[in-house]
Amino acid sequence: MVNPHLPLEAEVVERIQESPTIFTLRLRFTDPVKHAAFRFAPGQFNMLYLYGVGEVPISIVSDPQDEHLFDHAIRVVGRVTRGLEQLKAGDRLGVRGPYGRGWPLKLAENRDVMVVTGGLGCAPVVSVINYVIRRRDNFRRLVIMQGVKHSDDLIWRSRYSQWSKLRDTQVLIAANVGATLWPWHVGHVTELFDKVEMDASRAMVMMCGPEGMMQAAVDRLFEHGVPEDSIYLNMERNMHCAVGLCGHCQYGGKFVCQDGPVFSYPEVKGLFDVKGY
Amino acid sequence: MEAGFFPRDRFQTLLDALRQFGYRCVGPQERDGAIVYDTLTRAEDFPRGMRDLQSPGAYRLEPTDSPRFFIWANGPQALKPFVFAPREPLWRSERTADAAIRFSEINPAPEPLAVIGVRACDLAALRLQDRHFLEGPFADPGYAARRRNLFLVVVHCTHPADTCFCVSTGDGPRAAQGFDLALHESDEGYLVQAGSDKGRALAAPWALAPATTTQQQQADREVEDAARRQIRRLPSRNLRDDLFANLAHPRWEEVAERCLSCGNCTAVCPTCFCHSEADEAALDGRHSLHLRQWDSCFTQGHSYIHGMTIRADTRTRYRQWLTHKLGSWHDQYGRSGCVGCGRCIAWCPVGIDITEEAAAVCDGGAHG
Repeated sequence: MVNPHLPLEAEVVERIQESPTIFTLRLRFTDPVKHAAFRFAPGQFNMLYLYGVGEVPISIVSDPQDEHLFDHAIRVVGRVTRGLEQLKAGDRLGVRGPYGRGWPLKLAENRDVMVVTGGLGCAPVVSVINYVIRRRDNFRRLVIMQGVKHSDDLIWRSRYSQWSKLRDTQVLIAANVGATLWPWHVGHVTELFDKVEMDASRAMVMMCGPEGMMQAAVDRLFEHGVPEDSIYLNMERNMHCAVGLCGHCQYGGKFVCQDGPVFSYPEVKGLFDVKGY
Repeated sequence: MEAGFFPRDRFQTLLDALRQFGYRCVGPQERDGAIVYDTLTRAEDFPRGMRDLQSPGAYRLEPTDSPRFFIWANGPQALKPFVFAPREPLWRSERTADAAIRFSEINPAPEPLAVIGVRACDLAALRLQDRHFLEGPFADPGYAARRRNLFLVVVHCTHPADTCFCVSTGDGPRAAQGFDLALHESDEGYLVQAGSDKGRALAAPWALAPATTTQQQQADREVEDAARRQIRRLPSRNLRDDLFANLAHPRWEEVAERCLSCGNCTAVCPTCFCHSEADEAALDGRHSLHLRQWDSCFTQGHSYIHGMTIRADTRTRYRQWLTHKLGSWHDQYGRSGCVGCGRCIAWCPVGIDITEEAAAVCDGGAHG
């Protein structure tokens, strides 16, 4: 029987500081055979193990065709991520995965794609943006909407500028508080929906961020005529095992680690505005 | 298979046969005022004539003159601790001299275990735990190893407690399947029925006399009487829609004022499967053990996520427990997660009664 709990050893190939609290680890399994066999879909996650401390679920941000390395953008929040932050190139950690169901990118082909994110740089949807841009002809318009509390919280700022120059691509960014020289909107991200240019009835929307922000965005999308089954959300819950056993990530009858972390809106709407699930 | 009759004074034969087949026997015994399953080698160790009196927040044993061994309903344990270990290592990591990390599996090698005196409710709960730990996309190796090594001797329940409601969940008092041997107890002895090849192999040398029609009828009548004596029931076997239509019911607030959020109900529940994982690093830093242990949705940590707690108050925790147990289990495993054993009622320090709470929340009108 395959032991689903056992991590594999991986090596940090490169570490990139993205913001004061966010860093990216570029990883490779130390066993070349295991590394070559590793496949994932955008939106899936790995469990990263810090030696002697514990595991955390972190989404994979790199492109599935970049077989050389796989990347995790990590925000420092707890004991494990604070320790992972200390890792340098050449250091080892444990990795198991990939887990969960990723973004519906096949379904999104030949349609307008909109990604909506809130909070501190949202790694799960960055994988979608990169995926679409690399396969640009497979998709129609790309609308990128990002909200942050303070303009300093926006990571990958230069990437957003580059993306905004691409054909058929619209970048809409809002910061509740904007520093000087902030080129984008100051205010709430939901104020930007009227500026969105896309075929709402045929668009595919993918979002991640705080649930209150996602609910507000869903409400605005409905006003603009986006059907509910074209809206996909990335859910986050406590996870210990990532294989549907430990029970922490239950969301009603769903196990976020297995049935998600990406859900269509109809799958979660029953509990979405109920606090405590 | 036809039932055979086995006199009580031959019970030692059963224990010896199981030992010969390589099993350690655990069976009911009186410990600290409760019936617990513990290693048992002699028939004299059974709690002869011991009756349990259970009510919300109360569990008491009372001796009687009965010669029977199984006139109690249940104790705090079910089969859960024998398959889903309360605490166990999952794997080990080791830091080598060149700063690499080596991971190694810890393969449990459990001894074959025979449990005597299993109840129908607990067998139903084991079936649910099997579905959770073995039949999903990732089977759990520790659970699987212990489960394979289990020999189950059921005793059909003839003495339900006041807290029992297995009739309303459809899980008892008679065990229908999933056992190796099933016994029906009378004052004289036992009707024995094999439910598996292992059970047949064990019982074959005993050459039991077939049960008489009178014995069989008496056995059936006792189980039917036991079913009739149950005073508690759930409003229905599927409360999923009723519960989720009532997430704002004032009863959640009311029960939260009584509930201590202690997690006793989840510890004694034979189907609760939540567990947490943690590392236990050696002091010299050279290796670390990755462990799991039972967790409860009533703890602060259960719903913790990057800096916030999804269920910070008792209202949302009790609601999570009840709407999962009686509601979303239907989505996950096609039936309710409650087998009607009543343990959560007896072992709740403030006597919260799941049947009463479920009825109050599902009282008719929706409180969206």
